[in-house]
Amino acid sequence: MAARMIPGQTAEIAGPKKAFVIPKPEVAASLIKRAKRPLLVVGSKAVETQTMDGDLIDTAIRLHNTGRLQVVATAHIVGEFMKRGAEGIHSMQMMNLGDRLRDPDWRGLDGEGAYDLVAFAGTLYYLEWLVESGLKSFAQDLTTISLSRSYQPNANWSLGTMKADKWKEVIDVIVKSITEDN
Amino acid sequence: MSKKDLKLKIDEFSSAVGSFKGVEIEIGRIYDDSWEEPMGPTPFPSVGTLRNWDRKLLDRYKPFYMPFCDLCCLCTFGKCDLTGDKRGACGITMAAQQSRIVLLACCIGASTHCAHARHMLDHLMEEFGREAPIEVALNTNVEAPNIRLVCGIKPNTLRDLEDALDYVETQLVQLVAAAHTGQEGDNIDFESKAFHAGMLDHVAMEVADIEQITTLGMPKGIPDAPMTELGFGCIDPNKAVIMCIGHNVLPSVDIIDYLMENDLFGEVEIGGLCCTAHDNSRYNTRAKVIGPISWQLRYLRSGIPDLIVVDEQCIRTDILIEAKKLGVPVIATSEKSMLGLPNRTHDPPDNIVADLVEGKAPGALIIEPKKVGEVAVKTVLGVAPTRKDYKPLSGDDIQEMAEHCRNCEECVRACPNNLPIMEAVQQAAEGNFELLGDIYPACVGCGRCESACPENMPLITFFNKGAEERIANEKFPMRVGRGAVQDVEIREVGRGIVFGEIPGVVALVGCANYPKGGIDVAKIAEEFLNRRFIVVATGCAAMDLAMIRDEEGQNLYERYPGNFDAGGLINIGSCVSNAHITGAAIKIANIFAKRPLRANYEEIADYVYNRVGAVGVAWGAMSQKAASIASGCWRLGIPVVVGPHGAKYRRNLLGRKEKDEDWMTYDARTGEEVYTGPVPEHLFYAAETAEEAIVMIAKLVMRPNDTTKGRAVKLSHYIDLHKKYYGTMPDDLQYFVRREADIPFTMKNEILEYLKEKGWVEDKIAIPDPTLLDRMVRRRE
Ligand code: SF4
Ligand code: SF4
Ligand code: SF4
Repeated sequence: MAARMIPGQTAEIAGPKKAFVIPKPEVAASLIKRAKRPLLVVGSKAVETQTMDGDLIDTAIRLHNTGRLQVVATAHIVGEFMKRGAEGIHSMQMMNLGDRLRDPDWRGLDGEGAYDLVAFAGTLYYLEWLVESGLKSFAQDLTTISLSRSYQPNANWSLGTMKADKWKEVIDVIVKSITEDN
Repeated sequence: MSKKDLKLKIDEFSSAVGSFKGVEIEIGRIYDDSWEEPMGPTPFPSVGTLRNWDRKLLDRYKPFYMPFCDLCCLCTFGKCDLTGDKRGACGITMAAQQSRIVLLACCIGASTHCAHARHMLDHLMEEFGREAPIEVALNTNVEAPNIRLVCGIKPNTLRDLEDALDYVETQLVQLVAAAHTGQEGDNIDFESKAFHAGMLDHVAMEVADIEQITTLGMPKGIPDAPMTELGFGCIDPNKAVIMCIGHNVLPSVDIIDYLMENDLFGEVEIGGLCCTAHDNSRYNTRAKVIGPISWQLRYLRSGIPDLIVVDEQCIRTDILIEAKKLGVPVIATSEKSMLGLPNRTHDPPDNIVADLVEGKAPGALIIEPKKVGEVAVKTVLGVAPTRKDYKPLSGDDIQEMAEHCRNCEECVRACPNNLPIMEAVQQAAEGNFELLGDIYPACVGCGRCESACPENMPLITFFNKGAEERIANEKFPMRVGRGAVQDVEIREVGRGIVFGEIPGVVALVGCANYPKGGIDVAKIAEEFLNRRFIVVATGCAAMDLAMIRDEEGQNLYERYPGNFDAGGLINIGSCVSNAHITGAAIKIANIFAKRPLRANYEEIADYVYNRVGAVGVAWGAMSQKAASIASGCWRLGIPVVVGPHGAKYRRNLLGRKEKDEDWMTYDARTGEEVYTGPVPEHLFYAAETAEEAIVMIAKLVMRPNDTTKGRAVKLSHYIDLHKKYYGTMPDDLQYFVRREADIPFTMKNEILEYLKEKGWVEDKIAIPDPTLLDRMVRRRE
C-alpha cells in the first residue's frame, strides 16, 4: 500500500488528512454509483492520456453515455468532446469549478442541485492537487475521488500510483462496472 | 510636497548655559510645497487607510483558497494542523493562514524591490549628487504616477525619491509585524494587507526605475528604442564571456564602462540573464541578452561563460557549485547574496584577479561596482584562455551515462511539468537524442530532475545536447526596454481605451515558470497584437515573446511597432519597470480624465477598475516579487491572469458571474445602485492552458464604462476567440450583452437567438457613470 501512496510529484506530499487508497477498481465504481449527483471532471491532459478506449476523452464519453454522471471539461477542451459528437458535456474552467464546488448553495452545472461526489481525471497533477486541497478544507461534505494514475493525497479517495498499463486496465474496469449496472 | 533637510551650522554660539563652537543642528525634514495640486485624502496611507476600498473588491472577488500546505510551523506551538475547521494553537484558521502566507510573499516581494531601489539610490546619489533632477520620459509631466498617487509628493530630485522609499520601508515593517503569531486573525484583513504590500511595491519599483533611467541614460519612454540581440546564439563563444545574472544593473554598468573605456568589446562578450540583461541592454545595446531566468543552468552547462557575476534576486543559490564544475569563478556583488565568499571589496583589484585566474579562490565578494567592473574584465581575460580546451559532454559520453538509467522515474516525479525525462534518457541510451531535444523548450531549467536522479545524471546538459542545433540558432532581435509611457501617448489613446474602442491593454509580465515553455507567451502576445490590443511586456515575458518568427523570419518585435497604441508591442523593461504599467493606467485617469491624482488612491483605483480595460498576465509567475506586483495591480482594480503554476500562490480572487447581487455599482450621475454585470469577472485567476487564458483575457478587458461600440468590439474578440479555442460559442453572453447595440454586427442573428434561449432581457444591465464609491456620487451632487 505504501508504494501506492507515493504522490505523483515528489514534494506534493500529504497533510495529516490524506486520501484513502481505492483498494480495487470496483470500489471507485461503487462510490460513483452510490452517489446521488456525481460529476466527472476531465482535465486538459485528457487528450494525451491513453486509455483502452483510445484516450481519456473517449472514455469520458463512454461514461457520459451511461447517464450515471455528468461530465465537465475544464480549460478549453470541451471542443474535443464536440468534435467526437458528444452532446451535453459541460464546460467550466478549473478555478471557476473549484470555487463553485466549495459553495454549498451552488446548484450545479445543470442548475438541478449540488453535487455530492466529484471525480477527477486527466488533470494537471499539481492543479488537481491544489483544487482538492481547497475542497478538503472548504467543502467538507463533498466527496472527492481522484482517478489519476498517481496518488492524489488531498482527495477523499484516490487510486494508488501505478504504471500506465495497469492504470488503463483499472479505468476500464471502473467504466465497465458503472456501465454494466446501467 | 517634498520634504527638505534643514541643516544649520553655527560656528560659535554663547548662551546662559555656556558657549559652544562648531554646532550643527539638523531639524528633521521640512516640506517644500511647490506642487500646486491640492493634497488628496490619503497621503502616505497607513496599513488600514484603504481597507474599505480593499473590502469592496474582496466582497466581489472572494478568495478561493487552495492550501499548499495543511500545516503551520511558524512558531514553537506548532506544527499546527489547520485542515478544515481546525484552528492553530494561536487560534488562526486555514483561510487566515493562507492569506497570511500571501501577505508574507507580497512583503518579501515588495521588500526586495525596495531594498534594490534603496541600494541603487544610495549609490547613485553618491555618484550623481542628491539634487540630481529626475528625468523619466520625454513629453511627460507626470513623472512618477505611483509616487504622486500613493505618497502625495511630486519628486523632483533623487533626494525626493528617498521620501517615497522611507515610507515604503516603514509600512513594510508594519505589514510583516501583522504576520506574527497572535496578530491579525481575519483572512480578509490579511488580504487587504497583501494589497497594501502590492501598492507599496509599485512605489518602490517606480523609484528604482526612475533612478536608473535618470542617471544611467536608459531610454526615456521612446517608442523606437533600439534593438538588441537575444538568445544563446547571439553570444560569440570565441570571445571571453561574462555572464551577469540578476536584477541590479549597477555592477554590470561598471563592467560595460570598463569595456568601453578600454576598447575591449572586441575581446569580451557581456551577456545577461533575467532583468540585469534587460537593464544592461537599456544602458548599452552592445550588452547581449542571453535569456530569461530559467536559462541559468542551461547556459552554464553550455560551458560558454568564462566568468559569472551575480547581483541580486532570482539567482541560483547553488551557482558556486555549478561554476566550480565548469572551472569558472564567481563574483558576488550584493550584501543580499554573498554566497559565503570572502569580502574582497577593499583588496587591490590585481590581487583579486590573480587569485581568481589562478583558481586560488572560487570567487569573491566585491560590493563596490567600480571595482567589479575592473576585476571582472581582467579576470575574464585571464580565465578565458585557460578554458579554451573545455569540452562539454559529447554524445558518446551522454549515451554511456544514459545506459545507467534505473528506470526509477524519480526525475519525472521531481519535474514540475512532468516531462517525459525517463523516456528521453532511455532513448538516449540507444543513441537517439530527439526526445531530449523535445524536452528542452518545455523545461523551466529548475534542475529538480538532476537533484532527484540517483545516478546523478546531468540531465540539463543532456537536454542541451538534444537541442544543440536549435540552441545555435537561438538569436532574436528585441527592442530594449523603453521605460515609461509618455503623457502625450496617454492623451492620444486614453479615449479609445476608456470607451473600449481600443479593445484592451494586455501586460505580459513576470517570470518563466511556464507549464509548456515560453512559446505560450509569444502566442498570447501574437493573438492580441493581431487584434490590435496594446501589448506591453516586461521581464522574462518580454524576452520569451521574442522567440517566434513568422514565415518571413520576422519576430514580433520586428512586426509590431513600439508605440503605446493599438497593435503596439512595447517592451517596457525589467521587473522594476512594471511600475510604468500601473503608472500608465493611473495616468489615463489623471491625464485623459483629469481626475485629481495627488494622494487620491481610491478615486483613481475606482476609475481604473471601472474604465480601463487592462489585464496583467504573468504566465510563468514564480517569485514573491511576482506576487507583490500582481497584488499592486489588484488594489488598483487591474485583474491578473497567471498560468497553472500560479495557483500555488494559494488562492485565486474570483467573481461569481451568476450572482447578480455581487455586481451592483453606483451610477455617479444619480446615486442609484445599478446592475452592471460581471465586469471584470475575476481579479486573480489561474488558467490551466494558454488557450483558456487567451479567452479569459479577452473577457476580462470588459468594463462597465464600455460604450456600445466598445463593448461590441470586445465581445467580438471574446466570441471569436472562444469559438477558435473552445470550438463553441461562450455560454455566458447574457451577462455581457447589455443591449442589442452591444452585439457585434456580423454575429447579430446567431447571438440574439442564443440570448433568447437564455431569457436575456435588454437593459437589465445598466451603463452608468460607474463607481464603487458613494462619495463620488455625493461629490457630483
Ligand atoms: S503561528 Fe499559530 S498556527 Fe502557526 S504554529 Fe504558531 S500557533 Fe500554530
Ligand atoms: S530542469 Fe526541466 S526537465 Fe528537469 S525537472 Fe526542471 S523542468 Fe523538469
Ligand atoms: S531519475 Fe535518473 S535513473 Fe531514475 S529514471 Fe530518471 S534518469 Fe533514470
